[in-house]
Amino acid sequence: MFEKALSGGRRYWAWIVSLLVVIGVGAACWYWQLSEGLAITGLSRDVVWGFYIAQFTFLVGVAASAVMVVLPYYLHDYRAFGKITILGELLAIAAVIMCMLFIFVDMGMPARILNIFLHPTPSSMMFWDAVALGGYLVLNIVISRVTLGAERRGDPPPHWIKPIIILSIPWAISIHTVTAFLYAGLAARPFWLTAIMAPRFLASAFASGPALLILLALVVRKVSDFDPGRQAIRALATIVTYAMVANVFFVAVELFTALYSGIPEHVSHFAYLFMGLDGEATLAPWMWTSAVLAVVALVLLLNPGSRSSEASLVVACVAVFASLWIDKGLAMVVAGFVPSPLGRVVHYSPTTPELAIGLGIWAAGLLVVTVLFKIALEVRGHLRPRSR
Amino acid sequence: MDASRRGFLKIAGLSLVGAAGGSTLVAAIGEPGMAAESLTADPPASGRRLAMVIDLRKFGHDGELVERCIRACHRAHNVPDFGADRKNEIKWVWAEDFELIFRDEEFRYLRRDLQGKPTLLLCNHCDNPPCTRVCPTKATWRRPADGIVMMDWHRCIGCRYCIVACPYGSRSFNWADPRPHLESPHADFPTRTRGVVEKCTFCEERLARGGQPACVEACADDEIVFGDLNDPGSKVRRLLAEHLAIRRKPGLGTRPEVYYIVEDPRTLVETAPAAVVPGAAENDHV
Repeated sequence: MFEKALSGGRRYWAWIVSLLVVIGVGAACWYWQLSEGLAITGLSRDVVWGFYIAQFTFLVGVAASAVMVVLPYYLHDYRAFGKITILGELLAIAAVIMCMLFIFVDMGMPARILNIFLHPTPSSMMFWDAVALGGYLVLNIVISRVTLGAERRGDPPPHWIKPIIILSIPWAISIHTVTAFLYAGLAARPFWLTAIMAPRFLASAFASGPALLILLALVVRKVSDFDPGRQAIRALATIVTYAMVANVFFVAVELFTALYSGIPEHVSHFAYLFMGLDGEATLAPWMWTSAVLAVVALVLLLNPGSRSSEASLVVACVAVFASLWIDKGLAMVVAGFVPSPLGRVVHYSPTTPELAIGLGIWAAGLLVVTVLFKIALEVRGHLRPRSR
Repeated sequence: MDASRRGFLKIAGLSLVGAAGGSTLVAAIGEPGMAAESLTADPPASGRRLAMVIDLRKFGHDGELVERCIRACHRAHNVPDFGADRKNEIKWVWAEDFELIFRDEEFRYLRRDLQGKPTLLLCNHCDNPPCTRVCPTKATWRRPADGIVMMDWHRCIGCRYCIVACPYGSRSFNWADPRPHLESPHADFPTRTRGVVEKCTFCEERLARGGQPACVEACADDEIVFGDLNDPGSKVRRLLAEHLAIRRKPGLGTRPEVYYIVEDPRTLVETAPAAVVPGAAENDHV
């Protein structure tokens, strides 16, 4: 099937080449990091995880969100998602690959990464995260490959794939739950020591993932004959709305617990995020931007008129995605380290090579999305020369 | 393992079976059968339980002895010196202001000149270490025979999860190649490579040769005492029996094994500079 990704028009190849250039720059910076060590990042003894791990965390959510199309389609036989489900599964594949790359570039000793499986340690949440992500990748590759293959031959999907698809539903929930447990089980970090973390991760994932899927589907509709269908987009918009409301509610719950209890080591992290501490307020403008975007998104989504208008839905989806990316892909990880256990407020911001490596991985993800979407659309005949 | 403990484990195990990987969760949560009261319980009675007592009464404010201890340790273990570069620094033992280390306490009304005392901190070699629990490759572990929390620099993948999980900031990561930052590397101790985590190991290599930890040997007058808590006659046990000693964040249930004897109020008065009287108006002016 892969040969279908190797034929395309000029615009297709221009897009592929520009992604490859960004990937190349990222790879070169990674090579630099490999020879100099992680010292070329903005990380330090106090802020030991940063941009890479935050991207990983955010993207696990994007990967998990495929369940929002898989579940209605396969479990409830929701036909409107017939066209878009495969895109959700393929997006999950790309997101998991990005997650793995972000973990990989964060390792001090990447050549030893297989030690996770050579010396399996069930007490470590990182071990379980590796198992969950690896399994989820395999599940989605098998499912999309088998269903697309059957479709190409004009057959219905084989019966044995159904239980595997059903298995992928709780598995999707598990990848983001385990990722939350990576943080939420640490006595050392009061900011993350919250039972709402896994539910909040899932809520934000089910808002940001489908928001991205809506945007991608609309882009695909522009460049091909593919039409996700009005009903599918509307249903996805409803999912984004509910998930975003749940997410904002969970944030409010968390803020109440921390601020009303007034325990200094819980309050201090939120103070750092929104106001800054000891003059260190790098994240404050980002956090307020995230909050404003969340409000804008909610206003547009909760109002039925603006939710069903495509133009304002696009704005809402961009706002949801950006707001949650700032929250999870930027702030959540760093705020766990500031202030440090000794009360120290340390500045962290990613360096240029760090950002270039991150951008390279995002480009790699986009490349995977492009190639996989291309194959799927070719199989479905959406890319034949337009007859108009 | 006695019958009631086994019974408890059975019940604990069964109740967790429904969750993903029941036995895993038990291991992840901590020692099986760990109950609330065990947070303050005695250390395990089998084998040796090595611990350190830092007698703060004997440390001055000038930080001279503290510096001597740090130098002895860092020289013995080829710990690189990054100078003013705090971002990349490595430290096995170092000093912070007393009240910063014990942030859970408050010392607002302590005489100003007694605040800010440079105080040593290092790996606590916890009985219930959160760092070893999270390591995905068993590159760090607690040695059951003596309680030392060990580190394998050849297995560590540099994920830094242990640093994230340590509530004491005791671990360092080699962000850059440490070797150019060693003045005169010791041949009898390994140097490290960039990309791995390191920390104090209670000088297990010196203990194996029958010695004492380097920081202890740098002291002249039992300012730091090291020994076996499971030996009732040991110096550490005697000190802990007779003095008020505190540990860092005991409420987290990590059971740290580095103890600090806090200053005896009487000693404070005797050694205080004559001009400063406790409770004097001085406090309000500063």
